[in-house]
Amino acid sequence: MSARRIFAGPARYAAIAPYLWMVLFFLVPFGFVLKIALSQTAIAQPPYTPVFDFWAGREATRAALGQLSLDNFRLLISDDLYFLSYLRSLIVALFSTAMLLLIGYPIAYGMARLPQRWQVIAMMLVIVPFWTSFLIRIYAWINILQHDGLLNTMLLKLHLISAPLVWLSTDTAMYIGIVYSYLPFMILPLFATLAKQDPALLEAAADLGASPRQAFWQVTFPLSLPGVGAGALLCFIPVVGEFVIPDLLAGSNALMIGQTLWLEFFTNKDWPVASAVAVVLLILLVGPLLLYERVQHRQLEAR
Amino acid sequence: MAEEQASNEAAAEPAKPESPAIEPATPDALTAAPIRSEPLPEPDMPLLRIEGVAKKFGNFRAVDHVTLDIRAGEFFALLGPSGCGKTTLLRMLAGFETPDEGRILLNGRDIAPVLPHERPVNMMFQNYALFPHLSVRDNIAFGLKRAGMARADIKTRVAEMVALVKLDGLEKRKPDQLSGGQRQRVALARSLARRPQVLLLDEPLAALDKKLRESTQAELMELQRRLGTTFIIVTHDQEEAMTMASRIGVMDAGRLDQVATPRDLYETPASRWIAEFVGDINLFEGQVGANEAGRLAVSTREAGTVYVAEPRDVPTKSVISVAIRPEKVKLSRRAPATDGIGARTFNCLEGVITDVGYLGGLTTYKVKLDSGAVVRSSMANTTRIVDAYTAGQRVVAWFTPDDCLVLEQ
Repeated sequence: MSARRIFAGPARYAAIAPYLWMVLFFLVPFGFVLKIALSQTAIAQPPYTPVFDFWAGREATRAALGQLSLDNFRLLISDDLYFLSYLRSLIVALFSTAMLLLIGYPIAYGMARLPQRWQVIAMMLVIVPFWTSFLIRIYAWINILQHDGLLNTMLLKLHLISAPLVWLSTDTAMYIGIVYSYLPFMILPLFATLAKQDPALLEAAADLGASPRQAFWQVTFPLSLPGVGAGALLCFIPVVGEFVIPDLLAGSNALMIGQTLWLEFFTNKDWPVASAVAVVLLILLVGPLLLYERVQHRQLEAR
Repeated sequence: MAEEQASNEAAAEPAKPESPAIEPATPDALTAAPIRSEPLPEPDMPLLRIEGVAKKFGNFRAVDHVTLDIRAGEFFALLGPSGCGKTTLLRMLAGFETPDEGRILLNGRDIAPVLPHERPVNMMFQNYALFPHLSVRDNIAFGLKRAGMARADIKTRVAEMVALVKLDGLEKRKPDQLSGGQRQRVALARSLARRPQVLLLDEPLAALDKKLRESTQAELMELQRRLGTTFIIVTHDQEEAMTMASRIGVMDAGRLDQVATPRDLYETPASRWIAEFVGDINLFEGQVGANEAGRLAVSTREAGTVYVAEPRDVPTKSVISVAIRPEKVKLSRRAPATDGIGARTFNCLEGVITDVGYLGGLTTYKVKLDSGAVVRSSMANTTRIVDAYTAGQRVVAWFTPDDCLVLEQ
């Protein structure tokens, strides 16, 4: 009753804010991108046709609409380059997410088992790298990974290798960069779900005959699945579109879709194809998001 | 091997009283059976022996050298205020804490090296600790699966447990789709499913409302009697302990102060503290005077000379407390007549009623004596129309020497 009264007043318009935000900063720009994706390149300013001019009258607008075509999307299908970029992006994102999960889960698990006072400090340690610019941190990795960098020097000093190894411009370097950069996004949601688990559940499992290992797989892990899902999505989606890390750390023989997009846009100055690449990328990413949404919804309903 | 045999016996044993579990027990059967389970005939070794067990957390003595025997089939209550160490003791039995000193013997074997998941003991947790991601059925089956039971056997056992705690039709629900009372039943069924030799219950009724608590108390007792499993319950609620348990151990500050049946605990508490913790009591401190024919004359500052029937030999001049339960203190307008022979003397205290509390079934009174001390009395309202006493009225509070207790500490 009281809750209803709160939402009966002007306060209920507050619910519109997120929608307004979505329309202004997502749907409208997406409309622009979609329109450009359906246009043709042109040596002009802006570099595509047609350009809508609503003051030119209804006839001109209709003619401009008629010029829109799916040519750019056909190009994406016909040329291997794009398909391979998408594929590489998905594979890199999947592999990175798996590694992030394998590294992040034990860290989050350990953090959740710390005494309360230490949990706060551990959280700070996870977040602290954000205080330095992301670009600077990636450049730092270049320093560490280069021929006479910190890593090679250390390995040589420890006599683990006899000659410097090539790290930079390899997939290994890229994965190091991605895992390093995205680890907090994996740890934090996992930590949140693990820390709120009732420790009595593990005692109950032990009491009912579960060994510590069984208790983990039967109780702790299934109960942390929402955190696993959130962490995985939080990492997977931005890694698919990642541009900076592969550009700075990986070799140039295989491109991720973010790099292809950048090339089309800035090197080839082909805005329509770049836009088409972006639209397809978005559609690819909406799939897993909707799936996650549905799972979460079902969990909420079960409640 | 020996342990396995023992658990097999335990598993086979409840098979007998199972038939009444399925058919509703007839009222006859209920009245014929003793309501409170009597301990089984004493074997050589108690089922559970706790020997000088102590546990410290930092400088805090949680459990201070407790020694206790619990026989098979008992319904034992550990009673005490919060922080008295009762839960720590229970957790040591379950294996979640290890004693710093002393031994815990189950069937004569030290269970210190036995890990929690290997003990033939199960626990019902205070907040139930149900697995939120598992259905009622899977929660109950959890322990059976870990024991490697065959799938068909698990199915029958779960069905049996569901029927036992009357959860039929709710097998597929998740814990958060259940009411508090239903969750409590799932927790009970889950902890009983493995047919433990000892079931530990940590404040099992604390989360239930009063009405539900009372009916659940009766059901727990009925269940324990039917299964014959040894129950050890931890509670801070003395009424709960008195109602359900066949024996009660009172704990305070880590020590086990007294172990007795509910009646003995109430009528002959071992100390002032226990007397006050278990029920209400009036206490008068005084010096022991003459012993006249098995009757001590105790001179108290607050209530004058009080006569107490005390079979023990209490040294003269020693300072003791005379204790009398409120329901044994009667009120009347005039002092009751002693019978002609004078064999019966009553302790009569005059005062003014300051407080009247009507509780329906009984009424409690506070009588302020001329010395300033307050005596509490409670009287059953046995008739509908009562000539009740009112505040401000001058009355005589009286009680017999037989109803008094001498408490030395």
